[in-house]
Amino acid sequence: MPESITVLVNGMPVQIQAGSIVSAALLKAGEPCRLSVTAEPRTALCGMGICFECRATVNGVRHRRTCQMICCDGMVVESDR
Amino acid sequence: MKHADVIVVGAGPAGIAAATAAARHGRSVLLVDDNPGAGGQIWRGGIENFDKAGEKRDDPAKTKALKGLVSSGATLLSGFRVFDAPGPSQLRAIGETSEGTEVVTLRYDRLILATGARERFLPFPGWTLPGVFGAGGLQALVKGGFAVEGKRVVVAGSGPLLLAVAAHLHEYKASIACIAEQATTSQLAPFASSLLSHPSKVWQGISYRATLYKTPYRTGSWPISAMPNEATGLLKSVQLTNGNKTWQEPCDMLACGFHLVPNTELASLLNCKLQVGFVAVDEQQRTSVENVYCAGEPTGIAGLDAALIQGEIAGLVSAGQSASHLHSRNLAERRFGARLEAAFRLRPELRLLPALETIVCRCEDVTYEDLAARSSWTDAKLQTRCGMGPCQGRICGPATQTLFGWTPKSVRPPLFPVPVSAFCVHDSQQTVSEEIA
Repeated sequence: MPESITVLVNGMPVQIQAGSIVSAALLKAGEPCRLSVTAEPRTALCGMGICFECRATVNGVRHRRTCQMICCDGMVVESDR
Repeated sequence: MKHADVIVVGAGPAGIAAATAAARHGRSVLLVDDNPGAGGQIWRGGIENFDKAGEKRDDPAKTKALKGLVSSGATLLSGFRVFDAPGPSQLRAIGETSEGTEVVTLRYDRLILATGARERFLPFPGWTLPGVFGAGGLQALVKGGFAVEGKRVVVAGSGPLLLAVAAHLHEYKASIACIAEQATTSQLAPFASSLLSHPSKVWQGISYRATLYKTPYRTGSWPISAMPNEATGLLKSVQLTNGNKTWQEPCDMLACGFHLVPNTELASLLNCKLQVGFVAVDEQQRTSVENVYCAGEPTGIAGLDAALIQGEIAGLVSAGQSASHLHSRNLAERRFGARLEAAFRLRPELRLLPALETIVCRCEDVTYEDLAARSSWTDAKLQTRCGMGPCQGRICGPATQTLFGWTPKSVRPPLFPVPVSAFCVHDSQQTVSEEIA
């Protein structure tokens, strides 16, 4: 079976298969990637780094495209607000 | 600074074929791509697939292409996105990792653009809700580890991608409520019968239908709204129509895209001539700009086989070789692309889907009402900030083209938002992994 790793999404530990993209961890946690300029919750749309809806804060760096980033064990992910 | 005889932008099928062909003929080749690994969208990697017996599943065509790429000697630079072309024969690319960003200047003698396509998204009430994804978008997320087992999914929009996505989600044990294809049966019929001249495409279509034999494929049907559960805010159902009858389809997710639009931004920045929205090329895949070639979807949406052949042609020609033996196959694939376009052309009703308060520009939350009074794309940008957010109009541009007939103009660097430091610094320290993933 594939290895499982843990990332922290808005403070909650989420177990996910190694090699998963960060936006998949956000979806698994049921957390939005970001709040829009009128505060709507948004999740990934295009899945390929074009629409920028998957932007979130990863290890303290804002506006990361989480569809194009692979999860690392212990990664800290927060919704962009 | 990195130099290569041939630089290829985009490591999908066209880019892989181009890089492989040029490198096999002795050219130094650098293949640049913004994803974590090679393959593009149709051959997207990600977490490994396992079949019921626990064996790793692989697409043999992809495996063959990647092996060819590795043995050709071409260098792959993954995770780097081209954002500028600051001088003659020069590109700038930025790599973003969880550790930080890195900027590199790339110099070329010949450049091959294989930048692929993206989905066309059309706004309708509820399309910004969590739980609504692109069709290819959801497929990419599933390949990236998002589990859809037991989820009920509506697949809607237009194009052959819908079938591929539904079949893929089904393999991952999602329950596909239905596939709603906006094109009518009479539009699709000539396309379906024309496939008889493309046996491999028929075989693929049959295998999709076999996988999905219990799933309704409703032609002439399209989504009109996505409804949230009032308490949870999560997607509850999708309202579909066939023009006469409207019905609710309860679901956990909606995967929705309206065929594809080409990624022509880099070609435009380089002043390559466009023709009806696509990069104009001759039979050798040469653009209007000397030493710049283009292959695959940016030259016309025609799918995998066209991308592979055009990539090979561009790679051969850029290496000074003849590619005339491939021209007739390329022509056949281009004709297939033309039939695709006719079969999946959008119905006018789709222009009427947004309500006044429906968001059209998702980056800046600009509504249909804000835009309806504007006269052009430029007017809309100036007055409403439509298209001025991070995606730079890549999503709302094609949408407003369909809704209002606007043509997005003026591609300027940076092609994507980058930190200001990307313009101030020379190449940052080179710690790039050049292994082929």
